[in-house]
Amino acid sequence: MLLIHCPYCDDTLPELEFAYAGQAHVVRAPLPATQSDAEWEEFLFIRDNARGPHFERWRHIHGCGRFFNAVRDTVSDRFYTTYKAGAPRPDLASLIGEAP
Amino acid sequence: MSRFRVRGKGRVDAAKPMIFTFDGTPYTALKGDTVASALLAHGVHLMGRSFKYHRPRGAIAAGSEEPNALIGTRRGDGRFEPNTRATVQEVWGGLQTTSQNKFPSLRFDVGAVNDAAYMLFSAGFYYKTFMWPKSFWDRVYEPFIRAAAGLGVAPTEEDPDSYASRYLHCDLLIVGAGPAGIAAALAASATGRSVVLVDENAEIGGTLLSEPDAQIDGTPAWDWLAQSRADLLAAGVKIMPRTTAIGYYHQNMIGMVQKLTDHLTELPADTPRERLWRVRAKQVVLAQGALEKPLVFHGNDRPGVMLAGAAQTYLNRYGVKVGDSPAVVTSHDSAWFAAFDLADAGARVQVIIDTRAQVRADLQEAARARSIPVRLGHTVTATAGRLRVKNLRVNAVSGGHVGAGTWINCDALLMSGGWTPSLHLFSHTKGRLAWDDALTTFLPEHTPEACVIAGAARGLWGVQAALNDGAARAREALDALGATVQAAVYAVAKDRTGTGVSLHELPTDRSASKAKAFVDFQNDVTAKDLRLAVREGMRSIEHVKRYTTNGMATDQGKMSNINGLNIAADALGKPQPQVGLTTFRPPYTPTSFGAFCGYHRGDHFEVLRRTQIDPWAEENGAVFEPVGQWRRARYFPQGNEDMDAAVRRECAATRAGIGMFDASTLGKIEVVGPDAVEFMNRMYTNPWTKLAPGRCRYGLLLGDDGFIRDDGVIGRLDADRFHVTTTTGGAARVMNMMEDYLQTEWPDLEVWLTSTTEQWSTIALNGPNVVKLLAPLVEGVALNEADFPHMSCVECTVAGMPARLFRVSFTGEVGFEINVAAPLGRQLWETLWAAGQPHGITAYGTETMHVLRAEKGYIIVGQDTDGTVTPYDAGMGWAVAKSKPDFVGMRGLARPDLKAANRRHLVGLLTEDHSLLEEGAQIVFDPDQPIPMTMRGHVTSAYATGTTGRPIALGLVEGGHEKLGETVYIPMPDRTIAAKITSSVFFDPDNTRLKI
Ligand SMILES: [Zn+2]
Repeated sequence: MLLIHCPYCDDTLPELEFAYAGQAHVVRAPLPATQSDAEWEEFLFIRDNARGPHFERWRHIHGCGRFFNAVRDTVSDRFYTTYKAGAPRPDLASLIGEAP
Repeated sequence: MSRFRVRGKGRVDAAKPMIFTFDGTPYTALKGDTVASALLAHGVHLMGRSFKYHRPRGAIAAGSEEPNALIGTRRGDGRFEPNTRATVQEVWGGLQTTSQNKFPSLRFDVGAVNDAAYMLFSAGFYYKTFMWPKSFWDRVYEPFIRAAAGLGVAPTEEDPDSYASRYLHCDLLIVGAGPAGIAAALAASATGRSVVLVDENAEIGGTLLSEPDAQIDGTPAWDWLAQSRADLLAAGVKIMPRTTAIGYYHQNMIGMVQKLTDHLTELPADTPRERLWRVRAKQVVLAQGALEKPLVFHGNDRPGVMLAGAAQTYLNRYGVKVGDSPAVVTSHDSAWFAAFDLADAGARVQVIIDTRAQVRADLQEAARARSIPVRLGHTVTATAGRLRVKNLRVNAVSGGHVGAGTWINCDALLMSGGWTPSLHLFSHTKGRLAWDDALTTFLPEHTPEACVIAGAARGLWGVQAALNDGAARAREALDALGATVQAAVYAVAKDRTGTGVSLHELPTDRSASKAKAFVDFQNDVTAKDLRLAVREGMRSIEHVKRYTTNGMATDQGKMSNINGLNIAADALGKPQPQVGLTTFRPPYTPTSFGAFCGYHRGDHFEVLRRTQIDPWAEENGAVFEPVGQWRRARYFPQGNEDMDAAVRRECAATRAGIGMFDASTLGKIEVVGPDAVEFMNRMYTNPWTKLAPGRCRYGLLLGDDGFIRDDGVIGRLDADRFHVTTTTGGAARVMNMMEDYLQTEWPDLEVWLTSTTEQWSTIALNGPNVVKLLAPLVEGVALNEADFPHMSCVECTVAGMPARLFRVSFTGEVGFEINVAAPLGRQLWETLWAAGQPHGITAYGTETMHVLRAEKGYIIVGQDTDGTVTPYDAGMGWAVAKSKPDFVGMRGLARPDLKAANRRHLVGLLTEDHSLLEEGAQIVFDPDQPIPMTMRGHVTSAYATGTTGRPIALGLVEGGHEKLGETVYIPMPDRTIAAKITSSVFFDPDNTRLKI
């Protein structure tokens, strides 16, 4: 069972309190009606299938209820960081460089 | 005293004899015995039959790695467990045990014919044998496979025991309490950190229990062990024997199962049988030791053939001599010591056969001193003996040539192929292994977890090396915790260190294709099977494993994996690291379902949600059904009514008088805030801006893909406040989806969402007499078409209780839904029930609700829709706003596929012969086409009884909206049913009955 840091509660808590919520930084256009079929397909269906660091969303569903973002290695399951929704995408190179 | 018990040896208590039974025969045992040691004390080696060939088998090991000696254990009614390893089951007075895989008896077994049909059952036999002819499947192959499948016999009664579940947090967890683990615990015990030491055995000590002659810093091993245990307990170390670390999970969570009662004669009250521990440790020391490898030669599986280290353990720990005249075959020094111990205990060791041409002089000298014949550079090519080994065939090997064989008598054959580090938990951490050519084994290299490996688990050999490594590795772990200790240095006298070589298979002068040289004893996999797999094209060790089933039995290949790898690597002509090792997975040893279930059984298996009105339904004879986690009243049978009769009566009463329904399980979400209306506009397909406070509207929720996700009536109570209802099963999902969009797409909106499902009790009243019942009870609004038309909502009082009253209908009748504070639900229900008696009030359940709504063509999301249905498919284009700039699903609805012709549309279906359709049945256009037919849709809802006097159904049919009046066909196993496509509204299409 993973331990996950909620950036809103600022506490590291067991995975049981959280729910996975798919890939992060998939932006829904402010007015989807203006999007082409190709753009909408990209938004709706196309996802990374990362082997290694993956930007993804979690929800502290049995806690504060907030959605937040995380960088998790899909091979080791190691969390590099978690950060609030809306915060910029962290720089991967420096994140992984910091990992022992 | 039993025949093979050695007086003065072992840690069993001669003053405490006990009786247990094996296949009905009583045997004596001593306190401290396992079933295996007690049987061996009586000279019983034959303990079971093998899985595939039903070959006679005995215990090969003395610990949890045992593949052969699997027994059933029984302690009275309900307390039966199959596949228990006799080598770990402690004997208690009255224990009943049985052997497995035998018919009719252990000594004579007809299934052993499989052994003669050996060629038929070689690697991949399932794939090859059971392919043809097809007609053999039902009558021949499947019954055979079913009879042969699985080990042991599953218990038939409910388990009366209880199982517990606990969490534990500690600074340092040490897995394995042999010399390395104990030294690690001693090092940590002075630091004040919380330390836990676990071991799967009944007592701690590991190898020390089998090495009583070693002297640690001048103290005899067992005295040192007793003192160390006392010191650890005094220092507050938590010592947990009979506790198996079964799995190593993320971020240093270790799963452990503690056995609490399986060794006790009297079951204590209020003690669970087992306890599952979830341990979160800051640092972990894995000191799981090493497992001895069997040698691979023809006949290496007869009862009496066992690991040399096991024989040494039976002698020194249990005081049991495994034979009077044992022979030894080895490629490692360690087996020589087993021979010496047995000789010193009075056994006449027949011979020590070492495959190596050169062996340490001191060992040869020690053998000579005990008059044990020695054969260096020799091999064993066969054994004989039907139910117990009686002799072996030995051959000289020189320059790669195997000489002529001679037979030597023996009553036990002790083998050692060296030792394999036990790296199961290390492997669970996704740890990286490195191949060590000198030791011919994998050693731990790197793990991502906060964990160190100590002792024999990383290839070290001998008590002194293990002790010193345990202390040193613990120091590393403690360093990481910020605790500094001096690592102790131990000096051990009479330490039996040694080396060996690793052989893949013993050389033989016989045809390899006829050899029954077992690699995996539990799954009956031979060296020949492994070579065959390679010859037939398996290249990866994972394929070889699955094709032969090597290492796939309940022992997970603890003994067989490394031998299997060596033989496969040989056959492939590749070095082992290139072939790779298969992955070990949790649990380390077979674990009871009870331990995993813990408290989650019976009533505690799953949460059961009940409404406030549920007790009334129970008292009034309701039949319940589960809906999500709720239990809901399905119908209320009167007298001898079956469901059809009850539903017919409930439907009629509702259409003629008043039906009352507990709708409390409906999901409810309060949407509040200055931007609430904007939020609703963006979430739901419908327009909300012009909906006046006090009015409601049917809301349709899509996903961004354009498909229907949920629906429900939504009331606008105030300019900035909506009372949203959802489907019973969809409440949490809808809440999550709303939060998702609000938090991450539109964080600028000032809106607050609150789940209020359980704050309200909701009672639905439907029928032409409803106003007569309700009007006198309602204060605050007049129940007439002018003041409170259909699709209105208001805050008022009902029977004196503050309420939210909705005028809505899911039946086609005049309908109201009354929401009161949840605890008042039953009081309101009973008030209405009493007041409704003169008007013919009838309680109805979910089944009648389904029929009444289907008659009106109202959909149930998840039944009439399946995640691929758009509002247009469902005939609800009217619910989709045409002029909003955006809502969830709007862009999705414009996708080409969602606008394509011939989509499946929701329609009504009326069978021509008035028969009832089956929900889920497929629909075709041409019943005479060849099979497989082209399927054009399916039946989503079908009801036998109701107001219309004939069965009705809803279905999704290709282009259905354009096919009204046409006939489609529903092929069933016994006949084909013709049905006419109709409107989905079967009753009162003009909604005349909604008027007061
Ligand atoms: Zn939180």
